[in-house]
Formats: sequence, structure tokens, C-alpha cells
Amino acid sequence: MSSVAVIDYGMGNLHSIAKALQHASPPDADVQIVADAEVILQADRVVFPGVGAIRDCIQALNKSGLSAVIQSVAKTKPLLGICLGMQALLTDSEENGNIDGLGIIPGHVVRFPDNLMDSQGNTLKIPHMGWNQVHQKPHPLWNKIPQDSRFYFVHSYYAIPDDASVVAATTEYPDAFACALAQDNVFAVQFHPEKSQAVGLQLLNNFLHWDGQA
Amino acid sequence: MSLAKRIIPCLDVDNGRVVKGVKFVDIRDAGDPVEVARRYDREGADEITFLDITATHDNRDTIAHVVEQVASEVFIPLTVGGGIRTLGDIRRMLYAGADKVGINSAAVNNPEFVRKAAERFGSQCIVVAIDAKKVSQPGEAGRWEIFTHGGRKATGIDAVEWAKRMAGYGAGEILLTSMDRDGTREGFDLPLTRAISEAVSVPVIASGGVGNLDHLADGVIEGKADAVLAASIFHFAEYSIHQAKEHMASRGIEMRI
Repeated sequence: MSSVAVIDYGMGNLHSIAKALQHASPPDADVQIVADAEVILQADRVVFPGVGAIRDCIQALNKSGLSAVIQSVAKTKPLLGICLGMQALLTDSEENGNIDGLGIIPGHVVRFPDNLMDSQGNTLKIPHMGWNQVHQKPHPLWNKIPQDSRFYFVHSYYAIPDDASVVAATTEYPDAFACALAQDNVFAVQFHPEKSQAVGLQLLNNFLHWDGQA
Repeated sequence: MSLAKRIIPCLDVDNGRVVKGVKFVDIRDAGDPVEVARRYDREGADEITFLDITATHDNRDTIAHVVEQVASEVFIPLTVGGGIRTLGDIRRMLYAGADKVGINSAAVNNPEFVRKAAERFGSQCIVVAIDAKKVSQPGEAGRWEIFTHGGRKATGIDAVEWAKRMAGYGAGEILLTSMDRDGTREGFDLPLTRAISEAVSVPVIASGGVGNLDHLADGVIEGKADAVLAASIFHFAEYSIHQAKEHMASRGIEMRI
């Protein structure tokens, strides 16, 4: 029996994530969307989703007291941050005029520069939206996922961790950026596994079986 | 390695059934939306869009129910458009499992609605749908205007200016339909697509007029679209999504295959 808490702080596509986790879970897994600190702290593993703007995200976490809960989870059990839930784990973000993050993974979140060009001279659109290739570094969460598989992204900001050894995968747009971070029992992805069809479900399944060790 | 261009099949849903009209008449029944969505997912669709064409006068719960069923077994981005007018409509669709909503007439009637929606739910889920018709004369530089009510009502708004304004208000993506081409199978309006795509920094989905696989590739190569949307060529199994992707890749376009 394994229980998974999807943190509900009033933002994010919680239902998409819960549905995908249920689909990817062993039949005896218990997937819950929860705002209650006690339930989150008692779950075997925790998913921290997020879409939207970082200021609203951090405000909602601070107001509900869930910042401290996530800090505690990050020290004790498998934690998966998704999209804004990844960005919020860093020290700060330049979105909304510099916002402090949770500081669990030292580093910064920055915006893609305007007027990016691909190798053929076409302007690259922002947000970076669609299916892009993910170049993995060895980690159990990539189990059974082919190298350079495409995952679904939608974001305008990306993370630059201080310690390059926490980078668990990179994607090019057009330069390589960190699209997955791994630090002890914390794993975080910029893309949306819950919207990335078979490879996304495999990653969620890997998370549900992960013991939190690299 | 780079970002793939997307193929988005569109399901026009009327009272819970997939239909496709030619120029909004001669509606043919194309099946159960959950079945059709499942097939598209298996064939490799990059996203799926549902357009509720009965939204203005029918029961709105039907489409939410369809989305809910599809979202519990299809794990790619889902967009719902048609009759989205209030923040409550958006919340309801996201709650049912949609990832994005398409806003069309409500944006024209009240542009501030787009700003509010993007602030509340994030730009990533706000797609502004633009129905444009050519108004320039042959020989003149291309000019297109926004039309509402299925292409019947002119608004006098310039399409390129409108797309820029909507992106500025927080639209995360533009779904651009040529009302001259929709249902004709003659291909996208490429000058229109290119004009809009080059004017905005957000991704543009080309729509309206696809009759064969070269049209899809042309939309990306000549129209500079980031994604292509089509309905009828996929519904009646003339082409599979997989075939379409193989064809686009053979023309040098980066695809997820």
C-alpha cells in the first residue's frame, strides 16, 4: 500500500495530475488531492504541481502554511515537483519582479530571452510550448524511458541550479537548459508528465516506485 | 534536437456527438467523441481540441462530461472551445480535465475578459481563437478582419492588430481560423497565417481548409505556424495522424513520431 498526496494550494491542474497518477498507479495506491498538512505529512510520497504565476503560488503556500510542509517533506520522503512546482523549489525567480522561492534547491529561475532564433533563423516562440526532447542523466526516475524521448512543455521561465550536479536532464531551446533536477529525495521536472502520454505515465509510475535514493 | 511542430485534431461536438459541417452546413456525423479521441491519441495526436458548436443554445454539461471521460484515459493536452464566456465557464472546463480553453466571441465582446482569465488561470491555459476573413482586394497588400457568429458578423477589427493585442493581454496561444478557407479543403490561408505568426511572440495554430497532407506541411513551412489543426481529413479516416506526421517529417519538419 502506498499513498500519494497531490498538494492542493488552490492553483494548478490538480485533476489532470491526479487522473494521470491514478492511471499510472498500482491498484492498491491511494492518490489524494489534499490541502491538509497532516495528511500530506503522513503520505508516503508527495507531488507538488503548479501552473500560473510564481507570486500567486508562493503567496498561496505561505498563507496556507504549506511552505513549511513542503520544506519538511523535502527532507524526509520522495517529492516530485512539476512545472511551477519545480520552479518554486529554487532560491528565487525573476518572474513578477523577483520573488523568493522555497530555497530547497539553491539556484535561480530566469526568463527565456526575447528574439531567440533556431538554427534556420526562425524566431522561437515564448512560451516554449509543445513536445521537446529530454536528454537524461542516469537516475531511477528515467527507468524504461528511452533516451531523448519527447515530453510536453509549456513555460516561459526555467531553472538554473547553482550546483550543476543536480541537473537530471536537459532540453534545448535553442540552448540546453535544465528540465529536470534531482537532489536526494527530491525530483523536479519542468515539463508535464501528466500530459506526456506513455513516457509521462512511465515517469509517474517510476516515481510511485521510487525509494528516494539516487 | 528541437521543439516539434504539433498536429491537433479538432472534434466539433454537437450534443455529445462529433460532427463536421462544410461551411457550417451539411453536417455529417463522425462518431462518439470519446472513441474518436482515443483513436487520435493512439495514432500520436500531440493535443486534442473540442469545439462545442452547440454551446450557444444547448446544454453545457454535455461537453464537460465528454472532457471528463476523455481526460481520465487520454494523457495529452486537451483544449475546449465554444461558448466560454465567464471565469466560471473556464473553471468548470479545467475542473473537468481540460488543460486549455479557447475564447472567441467573448474576447471580441469584452477584451478585458482575456486579461482577467490569464491572470486568474495563467496564460498557459488561455487560447484566443480568431476567425478572420480577407477584406483586401486582389492586388492590394493582404488585410484581414475579425468575424464572429461563425463568419457572418464583421467587426471591423484588423486581425493582425487583434492578435498582437490578445497576446499582450496574456493569451498563451492563438488559434487562427480562416473563414474563407474553413471547410473548403483548399489549404490554409498561408499569407494570413504568416502575417499573424510573425506579428506575435506566442505560438500560432493554423486552422481552416486542410484537404491533404501537403496543406499541413505548408502551414508550418510557408505559414510559419507552430501547430496545425484539422478536423475532417482525420475524422473520416482518409489519413491517420501518424501518416500526417510521417509526411510532414518527410518535408523536413521536426515532429514527435
